[in-house]
Amino acid sequence: MDTPVNKKKLSLKEKYSYLTRDLAWEPSYQSKEDLFPYATYEGIKVHDWEKWEDPFRLTMDAYWKYQAEKERKFYAIIDAFAQNNGHLKITDARYLSALKIFLQAISPGEYAAHKGFARAGREFPGVGPQVACQMQAIDEIRHAQTQIHAMSNYNKFYSGFHAFADQRDRIWYTSVARSFFDDAMSAGPFEFMIAIGFSFEYVLTNLLFVPFMSGAAYNGDMSTVTFGFSAQSDEARHMTLGLECIKFMLEQDPANVPIVQKWIDKWFWRGFRVLGLVSTMMDYMLPKRVMSWREAWNIYGEENGGALFNDLARYGIRPPKGWADAGEAVDHMSHQFMLALYQWNFGTAFHTWIPSDEDMEWLSKKYPDTFDKYYRPRWEHIKKMDEAGTPFNNFGLAKLCQTCQLPTVFTEPGDPSTLCHRETEYKGETYQFCSDHCCDIFNEEPEKYIQAWLPMPALFQDPLNGDLEAWMKWVSLENGSDNGDYQGSHDQTSFQKWRAMTTSN
Amino acid sequence: MSVVSRKEYTGVPRDRVENFNGNQLIYLGWDNHLLFASAFLLCASPETVFRDLVQNTVTPLLAADPDAEKIDWDTVTWLKGNQPWTPDWNGTLAANGIGHKALLRFKTPSLNTICG
Amino acid sequence: MSTVFIAFQTNEETRPIIEAIELDNPSATVHQEPAMVKIDAPDELVIRRETIEEQIGREYDLQELQVNLITMSGHLTEDEDTFTLSWK
Repeated sequence: MDTPVNKKKLSLKEKYSYLTRDLAWEPSYQSKEDLFPYATYEGIKVHDWEKWEDPFRLTMDAYWKYQAEKERKFYAIIDAFAQNNGHLKITDARYLSALKIFLQAISPGEYAAHKGFARAGREFPGVGPQVACQMQAIDEIRHAQTQIHAMSNYNKFYSGFHAFADQRDRIWYTSVARSFFDDAMSAGPFEFMIAIGFSFEYVLTNLLFVPFMSGAAYNGDMSTVTFGFSAQSDEARHMTLGLECIKFMLEQDPANVPIVQKWIDKWFWRGFRVLGLVSTMMDYMLPKRVMSWREAWNIYGEENGGALFNDLARYGIRPPKGWADAGEAVDHMSHQFMLALYQWNFGTAFHTWIPSDEDMEWLSKKYPDTFDKYYRPRWEHIKKMDEAGTPFNNFGLAKLCQTCQLPTVFTEPGDPSTLCHRETEYKGETYQFCSDHCCDIFNEEPEKYIQAWLPMPALFQDPLNGDLEAWMKWVSLENGSDNGDYQGSHDQTSFQKWRAMTTSN
Repeated sequence: MSVVSRKEYTGVPRDRVENFNGNQLIYLGWDNHLLFASAFLLCASPETVFRDLVQNTVTPLLAADPDAEKIDWDTVTWLKGNQPWTPDWNGTLAANGIGHKALLRFKTPSLNTICG
Repeated sequence: MSTVFIAFQTNEETRPIIEAIELDNPSATVHQEPAMVKIDAPDELVIRRETIEEQIGREYDLQELQVNLITMSGHLTEDEDTFTLSWK
């Protein structure tokens, strides 16, 4: 008989220390500066990387175990969804527009985040953040893959799903998300962490995933609920990393506080602009709605963000500069966006529609101070035009914001009937903006933003030179199938036909 | 402010006027007429006469708004670069000082059928 | 007072966990939403391994929570026995 070995189980703290901290080493034949050349130039002072605490204390062995379990659950459901014609269980094919926007604008963002975290993990000199960033990099690529995989089922039956990668790069309404991630990835590692880890993951991601995935569940879309919640199970860890990172920076040196504050101001606003698309999905595109964008903002923006910034006040951090303007814009943005998407729907790879009387009742109940006064009259007029056989298309194209790259559809703070225009001049060139905050962001780093590739001006340069048909080909938009009004679309007729077949022969 | 960087950082603007084959961009908006979600993006030669731009390019774009046919262009007030401005209707864009990517806005205070 | 919260997917694995949380946090409010359960609590919420083990009748590793976690808010402190969210 063997001598019994006293197998003492390691505590979580010890295990984390062995499998994380002890993986680090001191360089012997290269200097630390050469090994981590991007660690200091942003001006963030770090005195002791050992102070970095990962509250989850997750080690790689446990990480793989839990991630594998998530994947097994995910693919079991995706298979069942495909085998049982899950696509016919959704409330209505209008719902698919929300998914198409998600696939074209948000899923590629997951891939961009993957690249960003892979790089941040390499550039941080501390082993704590290196390991955490490595895990998040793997999470993010998993999110991109599972989302694309889940939505590929819809691509077998419906339009608008077939060219998301081209559309991510080339079409106009996705450039807000693309430029957001390009901006973050071309910043240093600390700014990247504030941009994605803190502002996006901690302050804003709940607004994207939680109500949206609940909405998917409410609308019978089992596959989206599954990828959403599978991704979201990683988010709690990402949010914790973002919060940990900001606390670490603020505690390391008081000189870091103003730098971090500037980044919070910038990245809150940039993220808020990206979320504009989500507001429209929630208020207009879900046939059955869980809550309004305003209600989601109250819970996840106002209340949760309020608690967070209350807490950070002890470091001398105040809420982001655009916070109050954002709170006011919440009652307007979904309507402004949907009206814009509708009038330019000849150029969207998803369908839009005029809200029904019932939809408008709901909107007016959820937005008692703004919908009837400002937005219902526009929809009623558009409806009249449609009924007269002259549906409204705006072929004027749009003025875009140099910073967020969205069409400048937003109104002046305090004056919802006047569009907000801001303009600045830099080195003899004129630049246009949607808001004070986007203009301020430009003025902080003009050399960066003058390089923005704006999709509308690009349409009038070589090789397209204003040719709308050539543009459609270039963005892989199938005219008459991917775009236009939902009424009369292939999606509408196919869905109705197939759905009828599920209940009779 | 400048970009914080490890070495000298110089950007190249993507939308310089040279890239538009002799044309330029003009942005034009009708204040308080939000049926049109944003100011229009127009592309025209700097030699275009201002009256032609308004009559041939802008007017058709405005037709969807019921106020469009009631516009009295003689009494319309203008902003250029968000500052008060008076156009020379017979002058070219260049002669009017309307540069590449300039923003023009006009106001018709008595007309507000859809957006009050 | 600031609210902390945690949200889980609605499924058979999380049902006893949510019951354990309710036992340990009398001031918590449980919201049943489509496909998810969100639990709010004033200032602090504690999840105890032992209470979960009593509910499910087997050993439990608190890191298993991550499989069904949707989101949370507040500072996290975690060890073998407790998973605590707080605004402190």
